[in-house]
Amino acid sequence: MNFGPTLFLGAFLTFAFAWMGLVFFPVAQLKNVKPQTADVTAIENPTPYSGLEARGRQVYIANGCVYCHSQQLRGGQYNADLLRGWGSRRSVPQDYVNDDPILLGTMRTGPDLVNIGARQPSDEWHHKHLYSPQAVSPGSNMPPFAFLYEKRKIVGQRSKDALNVTLEPGYELVPTDDAKALVAYLKSMDRTYDVPGLPAN
Amino acid sequence: MSLTAPGQHHADDRLDPKSFGQAQSDPTTMSMRSLIDESCKWPCLVFFTTGTAWLVIGSLFALVASIKLHTPRFMSDDAWLTFGRVRPAHLDSVVFGWASLTGIGTSLWLMCRLCRTPLRYPAMLVLAAILWNVGVLVGTIAVLSGHSTGVEWLEFPPYSTFLLFIAFGIVAIWAMVTFGQRQSGHVYVSQWYLFGALFWFPWLYATVQILIIGHLTSGMGQMSVQWWFAHNVLGLWFTPIGLATIYYLVPKVIGRPIYSYYLSILGFWSLALFYSWAGSHHFISGPAPAWLVTASIVGSVMMIIPVSTVAINHHMTVRKHFAVMRFSPTLRFIVFGAMSYTLVSVQGSSMSLHVLNEPTHFSHYTIAHAHLGLYAFFTMTMFGAMYYIVPRLTGREWSSSKLIRIHFWFAAIGIFMYWGFLSLGGLIQGFEMNQASSPLGDLVGKLGYWEGVKTFLGGFKAQNGVVPWLAIVKDTLPWLLSRSIAGTLMTLAHLAFGVLLLLNLTGWGRQRSGPTLFVSDAKGYQQSLTPVADWLVPDEHEGDAS
Repeated sequence: MNFGPTLFLGAFLTFAFAWMGLVFFPVAQLKNVKPQTADVTAIENPTPYSGLEARGRQVYIANGCVYCHSQQLRGGQYNADLLRGWGSRRSVPQDYVNDDPILLGTMRTGPDLVNIGARQPSDEWHHKHLYSPQAVSPGSNMPPFAFLYEKRKIVGQRSKDALNVTLEPGYELVPTDDAKALVAYLKSMDRTYDVPGLPAN
Repeated sequence: MSLTAPGQHHADDRLDPKSFGQAQSDPTTMSMRSLIDESCKWPCLVFFTTGTAWLVIGSLFALVASIKLHTPRFMSDDAWLTFGRVRPAHLDSVVFGWASLTGIGTSLWLMCRLCRTPLRYPAMLVLAAILWNVGVLVGTIAVLSGHSTGVEWLEFPPYSTFLLFIAFGIVAIWAMVTFGQRQSGHVYVSQWYLFGALFWFPWLYATVQILIIGHLTSGMGQMSVQWWFAHNVLGLWFTPIGLATIYYLVPKVIGRPIYSYYLSILGFWSLALFYSWAGSHHFISGPAPAWLVTASIVGSVMMIIPVSTVAINHHMTVRKHFAVMRFSPTLRFIVFGAMSYTLVSVQGSSMSLHVLNEPTHFSHYTIAHAHLGLYAFFTMTMFGAMYYIVPRLTGREWSSSKLIRIHFWFAAIGIFMYWGFLSLGGLIQGFEMNQASSPLGDLVGKLGYWEGVKTFLGGFKAQNGVVPWLAIVKDTLPWLLSRSIAGTLMTLAHLAFGVLLLLNLTGWGRQRSGPTLFVSDAKGYQQSLTPVADWLVPDEHEGDAS
């Protein structure tokens, strides 16, 4: 008996079935999700990324931040995402309309970052934390991103970008363009706006 | 009790006890086999050798990444070696380098053996192997230099995946042509799985490349496609190749036919139907449509059918022949892989349920699960396959049974230490993140061991306050350290295998005449192969391996 055609047809149909279910329909459905403009402030939620923020997003991707940090808060009765103070509502597809690629993440070696811009609005804090995470949060296992900073000999006046950290005398620490862009991106992450039809916790 | 039509068996190559010895010495079979092995020699050896090289490279990436998690300042000065680059470099080099290359090598050889036809124009497959390797190399360098696409499992930039596509196209066309030229009408279950894998993988890969890397979708639509891919590359690419290998080699080594032809059919089609629906259970309670998540949970739970079917079929085949594992390296690795398949799949089904998924999804518990699948099941099965196939290609036996023993035990203990400790650490991490109101250590200190663990696990207490983040980090560190130790054992095992492969290819080591067994007791080995009278083993086999 020749099983060739049976095998081909069966393999095709089973797979096509799942392809329709997990690729075609979700993509078609989620294409309809659009940003919403708030009534009072007329701000588009989520706000599109500025040039600097978009560049910072590329730095985030290049250095694999996504392998330790998620960007999503979950509802559900068996997790404490909202109790941790990371946000007041669960994440919804609308939050990601500007994201390509989307950086949802699958791991929380470090905390969630979906609202990090709202939780930690200080440039100084972010730079110090990226340069030496343990200096800001003792016991953290985040690797230092010192390679995003330049240690320079002070010639004449201190640079206006220089961080307020103590190095050996005569030296200063200046963030590179990548570091500035990354911090701009982190600060832009604020999805604390209300979503119509979704009650805040 | 014959359930197959007359003429479906091939007297030249039957594996049932009655004709087993006879088939081995049949001159036509012998010459056909050596023709096939000769034709597969160069492509398969190139796939195996480069695959093993990627395994060693991938293990080193893994070790660096693992050490960084408990010693964050380790090798942190250079952007190329930051955790967020080394970790995807590890994943991509073992998935697309090691597992895919050895999987393709094994598939080609199995396909030729089962179709009883030599490989035509093998030089083209050597070219495919070279293209694939260049693709993986270029992709890995891109990830390390910061040019990742940022999509998990798909970090390789388009110029690298393009090469993989051409290489895979050659492999798939060659395998399908071989399948079309098969000598006999009967199609063995391993051929079904191989056909499925070679047919599904390009569809999967093309879909995600076009939709995600081609920017045809963004936001959550992208995410759904991405996790459908990341799960099905395991379910519909590695799993069928692994199962095809087990289905072929177990009967081969023990000299018994597979237990039930009908169970193997059921196993195959239920896998095709249900595994392809996995993926969206990664967004349980997350920002995805509820129907999508539910569909994937159903698919994951239904996987119990193909998994138990395959487990019963494999177990009943090896039953009464477990003693062969004392002697045969191939069987020991393969049975280890087959048992791990059952374990990882049952665990996977349970992990798609809300009650376990929500607390553990973002913890190391998931990482441990992924390694149980790709390592304990797939990688161990591929080791077993190479122990069987390589001597038939080079005409040389393995030079040291001691090194094979080191390889097996370091890998086996390594992966179970990895899985066990990291799962435990992941559970503690996940419960401290989501459920408990005090760290496990505090509760045990206050209430004693038994009461402390009970309170820790006892329901949702996080409303009374959450465990501080840095306390959770502190509690994961010992488990992360144990992972580095387990990873070191596994890396040593890979080096032992690398040395064995090198000695076999070059002919430098000790030369042996008979097969290299764990225990050099030829009489005991023969006895372990002697069929045991048992009413459960059908005397007329169905769906035999060729």
